[in-house]
Amino acid sequence: MPLHTFQLQINGDTRTLSNLDPRVSLLDAIRDHCGLTGAKKGCNQGACGACTVLVDGERINSCLTLALQYEGRDIRTIEGLAEADGSLHPLQKAFVEHDGFQCGFCTPGQICSAVGMLAEYKAGAPSAVTDGEVGELAGAELQERMSGNLCRCGAYVGIREAILEAAAQ
Amino acid sequence: MSILNKVIRSVVQVMPDQAPDELIASNRYLGRSINRLNGPDKVTGKATFTADYPVANLAHAALAYSTIAKGRITSIDTKAAEALPGVILVLTHENAPEMKVPKEFGDGSSNDAGTTQAKILNTDHVSWNGQPIALVVAETPEQAEAAAARIHATYEKEDCVTSFEAAIGDAKQPKAIMGEDPEVTRGDVEQALSQSAARIDLTFTTPPHNHNAIEPHACIAQWDGKDDLTLYDTSQFTAGVATTIAQVFGLKADHVRVVAPYVGGGFGGKGGAWPYIQLCALAARETGRPVRLAMTREGVFRIVGGRTPSQQRVAISADDAGKFLGFVHEGVTAQSTHNHFPEQFSFPPRHLYSMEAYRIGQKVTDLSRVANTFMRAPGESIGTFAVESGIDALAYELKMCPVALRMRNEPDADPVSGSPFSSRHMRKAYEMGVERFGWKSRPAEPRSQRDGDWWIGQGVATGTYPVYRMVTAARVRISADGTAVAQTSCQEMGMGTETVQTQHLAERLGLPMSKVRFEYGDSTLPYAGVAGGSSQTVSVALAVQEAGAKVLKELLALAQKDERSPLREANFEDVVAKDEGIFWRVSGGGESYAAILSRAGKDFVEADHKTGAPMELLKYSMHSYAAQFCEVRVHALSGEVRVQRWVGSFDTGRILNPKMAVSQFRGGIIMGIGMALTEETMFDDRTGRIMNPSLAEYHVPVQADIPDIEVVYTNEPDPHTPLGAHGIGEIGITGVAAAVANAVYHATGKRVTSLPITLDKLM
Repeated sequence: MPLHTFQLQINGDTRTLSNLDPRVSLLDAIRDHCGLTGAKKGCNQGACGACTVLVDGERINSCLTLALQYEGRDIRTIEGLAEADGSLHPLQKAFVEHDGFQCGFCTPGQICSAVGMLAEYKAGAPSAVTDGEVGELAGAELQERMSGNLCRCGAYVGIREAILEAAAQ
Repeated sequence: MSILNKVIRSVVQVMPDQAPDELIASNRYLGRSINRLNGPDKVTGKATFTADYPVANLAHAALAYSTIAKGRITSIDTKAAEALPGVILVLTHENAPEMKVPKEFGDGSSNDAGTTQAKILNTDHVSWNGQPIALVVAETPEQAEAAAARIHATYEKEDCVTSFEAAIGDAKQPKAIMGEDPEVTRGDVEQALSQSAARIDLTFTTPPHNHNAIEPHACIAQWDGKDDLTLYDTSQFTAGVATTIAQVFGLKADHVRVVAPYVGGGFGGKGGAWPYIQLCALAARETGRPVRLAMTREGVFRIVGGRTPSQQRVAISADDAGKFLGFVHEGVTAQSTHNHFPEQFSFPPRHLYSMEAYRIGQKVTDLSRVANTFMRAPGESIGTFAVESGIDALAYELKMCPVALRMRNEPDADPVSGSPFSSRHMRKAYEMGVERFGWKSRPAEPRSQRDGDWWIGQGVATGTYPVYRMVTAARVRISADGTAVAQTSCQEMGMGTETVQTQHLAERLGLPMSKVRFEYGDSTLPYAGVAGGSSQTVSVALAVQEAGAKVLKELLALAQKDERSPLREANFEDVVAKDEGIFWRVSGGGESYAAILSRAGKDFVEADHKTGAPMELLKYSMHSYAAQFCEVRVHALSGEVRVQRWVGSFDTGRILNPKMAVSQFRGGIIMGIGMALTEETMFDDRTGRIMNPSLAEYHVPVQADIPDIEVVYTNEPDPHTPLGAHGIGEIGITGVAAAVANAVYHATGKRVTSLPITLDKLM
């Protein structure tokens, strides 16, 4: 199998991946080859959302895609959300304040997903529960849009309180 | 119950109680909604979980699994796997070095954490469909997985029982269930059932479940020579894994170190030393490399067992005032041919209701399937589904409010043992729940509320979970810089362990939280048991309290020797830890820890302490209680059930951190909603193979499934527990499936007796 050397742009940094097996997923490239272990592998088949990262501002399941396909794209992970001075992103702050997690394993994916979701919502993109005009975020719209991110500890109530608070800022 | 147990119990009855914990009402930190201390690390990706550890020169392992339930491997072809680039080693029963079969997980009082009596890789015999048959080590995870997929085995199958339904008739009564009698009886229950104003007799079934923590099991093994092993493991029992892996490889237990500071959810699934751990250690030893074995989601289903299926009969009779006359709760669970865990579903009614006559007991049957294990509220979760559905059905027979029927049968003492309750405020929990839910405005008649295409209904059920306390050791150190640290090997899977124990240590020693640290998640620290049985918070708290008292006594002794100390004349009973030091209880004079230590020329004072056995559990009936209220809507055409409102009212001793406690309660309720409506591990009854081993096909609740969940609690401290607290990790799930089923009945008039309540059962 031919190996590949290429570059990824992650959180504004250029990372060179040398002699990479083409089977390496974007998730494994980020975790094992770039040392950014915030994104998590919960199922490796796009069912749990723990691997969610942002690519050009859109949320994707990084376990379901190959690293090779993402050369030149703007990848952002949980490690890249806080300000340069370390101050937390409003969603990160709100997740802490509203106890939007217990074990914390799904949390990087939940937060990255929420960043992408709020951008989709603000752009007026419909969801499966949208009936005509996109309705208010609180309630069915938020719950539908965040249902790709599983939390087995059951922090869903805190997660949506956190997202609504951050969205209002 | 053994004769010895009976003797101990009768002796304990006359022993005096420990005085209530002096911090029972203290609220400088305890009782306050303090944010999780590890929150910032968890929201920034800095929290290091097992598979995240950067280890140099790491090799990667993957497993291949059997595809038959029982028989012999007649051939195993590893050539294709070995020929792939990057493959370092392939081990099968033909070449795997001998490993000892470790002792099975007991009743929680030992360090043994084995999960199966089947040999792993050291036999051509197959005991379950999914048993590991080959271990591959390669340079990369991709290479290891690809190679494992190329292992090909042929088998000679043997007859075996893989269907729970088919095995029920052969069930046998085990000698004991968690140390309790497998069956308890009083009076002539058949007579009591036949002569009554109303009776119900229903049979319930519950399917197998899997924990499905979002973090799959993973291990990194690193040997230092032949006798020292370090394991990073996704464990909720670091000491148990250390002991078990030492047994497997013939090492001294203290030569195996297990590290698990962050664990991505457990729910019981990470309590045992499942076979992946020993295989990871074996891979590392045989290759001379550190090895990571990160289980796939499917792999977790194949080798880590879940909750047993059950069949339960509930028959209850009552007089026309609702008083329970006859009460039967009996049935069957499954374990495997290679493990022993009869899940205690018959425990709840032993402690919940007054009954004139009863027969409460259970049997177990052995299947050729993956070993079962404990999963959140083993016993009480599925037991309350049957019992609390049965009581609801009886309430309709009697035309009584289901809340009133339960209160009518509220006992004054434990209905089976006769022991006094340590703390029971069930009536208050119900009153609070009734008020918050607006229960009184619910119409009595089922199938009487409709909103468009949806039937609406409200249901209620009781939840309960025992108080357990485990023997636990802790070390406490107070240093000359005025800081303190407490250490135990206990675990944090998201319950809030680190935060609540830091609150406790600061309160106990009179220090600010910023000056204390709680260290955990490492088997080399003083011994703590499995994070299970909702026991960890109080078990660790008592060990820290008693170790802390030793340290304070030693500090006071230093002060007493010093003429300049204002504590020179003080006895231990005269002083209290506060304001960062030791002070006279009455006059208020005293001095700081820093002052005592610096004058004595010491850097620190520390002490280890191991707590005594939980004798209070033999004297008192100690339990937590819940009243679960919910509203559902059921689609008239499709049968779809949606939960649209929930109020959980809890009586669980003193609440130590309301914010985190509410999260725990909600988490339990949410897992219970999954159990009620969607969760089922589907075995192919012909082959014993799990057919939905993924999060795409095993349906845990998602964000859209969960309504607002209100939580209220009595906050009544238990005078017989450390801090007045009870553990709360499991009570939340109990009663939930029954509350949903009862609401579905109220909405539709259909009594669903088998979980999950899927659409087809309501068509």
